[in-house]
Amino acid sequence: MNVKDYYGIGFLAAIVAALPFMVANDYYLGILIFTALNCLTCIGLCLLLGYAGQISMGHSAFLAIGAYSSALFTTKLGWNPWAAMGAGMAISMVVAVLVGLPTLKLKGHYLAMATLGFASIVHVVCVAAVDITGGPSGVSNIPRLSLFGFELNTDTRIFYFCWTMVILGLYLAVNLIHSRVGRGLQAIHGSEDAASSLGVNITVDKIKIFVLSAAFASLSGSLYAHYVLYIDPGPFDVMHSVLLITMVAVGGIHSIWGAITGATLLSLLPEGLSFLSEGLAKFNIQYKTDYDTLVYGGILLVIMLFMPEGLFDGLRRSTAMVFRLNGEKGQGK
Amino acid sequence: MMEHSDILQYLIMGVQSGCIYALVAMGFNMIYNATGIINFAQGEFVVLGGLLMVTLTMTVQLPIPLAFITTTAAVTLAGIAMERFTINPVKNPTVLRLIIITIAVSIIMKGIAMGVWGKSSYFMRHFSGSESLDFFGATILPQTLWIMGILVLIVALYIFFFNYTMTGKCMRACAINRDAARLSGINDRRMVMLSFALSAGIGAIAGIIITPIIQMDYARGALLGIKGFGAAVLGGLGNSMGAIMAGVLLGVLEAASAGFISSHYMDAIALFVLLLVLFTRPSGIFGSSAAMKLKEF
Repeated sequence: MNVKDYYGIGFLAAIVAALPFMVANDYYLGILIFTALNCLTCIGLCLLLGYAGQISMGHSAFLAIGAYSSALFTTKLGWNPWAAMGAGMAISMVVAVLVGLPTLKLKGHYLAMATLGFASIVHVVCVAAVDITGGPSGVSNIPRLSLFGFELNTDTRIFYFCWTMVILGLYLAVNLIHSRVGRGLQAIHGSEDAASSLGVNITVDKIKIFVLSAAFASLSGSLYAHYVLYIDPGPFDVMHSVLLITMVAVGGIHSIWGAITGATLLSLLPEGLSFLSEGLAKFNIQYKTDYDTLVYGGILLVIMLFMPEGLFDGLRRSTAMVFRLNGEKGQGK
Repeated sequence: MMEHSDILQYLIMGVQSGCIYALVAMGFNMIYNATGIINFAQGEFVVLGGLLMVTLTMTVQLPIPLAFITTTAAVTLAGIAMERFTINPVKNPTVLRLIIITIAVSIIMKGIAMGVWGKSSYFMRHFSGSESLDFFGATILPQTLWIMGILVLIVALYIFFFNYTMTGKCMRACAINRDAARLSGINDRRMVMLSFALSAGIGAIAGIIITPIIQMDYARGALLGIKGFGAAVLGGLGNSMGAIMAGVLLGVLEAASAGFISSHYMDAIALFVLLLVLFTRPSGIFGSSAAMKLKEF
């Protein structure tokens, strides 16, 4: 593990520790909790997308499996929330193996479509299996989490818990990237044939990482269920998978820190947009939240067209270009 | 016990939606053949065609043939714009990047459709009367006959275009071997643009003819797109005649499962078939696996 990564994690931990003292408002704290949940999912997705080079449009399905497992095992069977969360992760991982085995043999477009199909099926089942999932009206009265009798019943406590999970996840991911498996994965991304000739077991490694990223998503889904205490199929549609890919892409798909920054930026974006809409209202321009889809699509397109390595790399390169232009002008004189 | 007329009814329903899947699949194939790209925005062309047609016929009160041509032309232009502004400028494209770009375009088109038409679903008048006709004990809408007729017409045009016109032959040459085509003086960049134009046009027509039956809304694109892709894969990706048969087959299978199992899971069935084909025979039931190995995904 790189020294820089240690500093990074320390820095993030310091910010997280300080934030609740600066943000007293429960509403904003809530947004930061959702940010943590998105970060957690994006860490897993980034491992898959950026390091193993495999696209998944199906991560909303693993979020759904985690959330519904937590909700159903606790409310219907009276399980302990931790057991339900673990069960959710186990189910997600088994499903990931079952879906991953045939799917990850597929490449590029086929993989994207297969995972998209899988996510759509899970969403259809969430809506249609009314007897089990409650259908469109969802599941309510989900219990809160508690740590050794210490109930996570305030937003501040949940905030700390979720961000601790993010930091642990980050630590795990960074270690993984710098391990033998991580280097093997990056080799797969470069060239599958070359990697396999050098003794990297492509299929097994890809499935391992798919399963791990499914577990991250499932955990995030469970935490969501235990925080909001009510779930319905709405947030687990395919659009959410696209949003997750956007988050990873904005930060730069080849960097785990990029996933964290991208997830944070895009989770805070709706707030930024609502500020913007208040500003625009003064000029009699109506901004509706309906336009958010358009904004996300626009961001994803611009990033992919002009900054395929993410926002920061794009900005760095464009500033470098401006400096170079200035430099050339100077030489011309 | 199912009556014969019931089975016939499901068959009609299935063929009706199957025709639409076939058209969407043909759109996928055109772009895939020219570029090797799967266009995730394919379903959005269908939605755009349907919604534009609703506005032109119901609000502007244009006669149907005129609205049909205007809508198809407009969506074709949208297809050209997509290629010019998002696919053409990409230098050193990787598959991952192109996939994400077409996904982004689909989100943008969905966003625009929502901004312009809102979230409600739109009713459109049928091409010629909405009274169902009796067909051996089952009922069939005149619109269904229109859908089948238009599919047949498009297939005929498709065969004529790709076999008997110079441009069509150039496009086929590009699909088979782009480098060789370029060496023979074919402008392959223009063929790519043309494939997006045709594909968008076919998508628009699919949207126009199905809207009187399903009532179009902005969010239908993704599902129509993925089912159309299912048909394209089932028929062997790139093989349009296979796609047409597979589309109709998928439609019938879906209608049958809605009738015999449950209509709630209808959408899941088509997707399940798609996954099953991808996992077991990615070359499709009408495609040859030897030819598939030569293609890149």
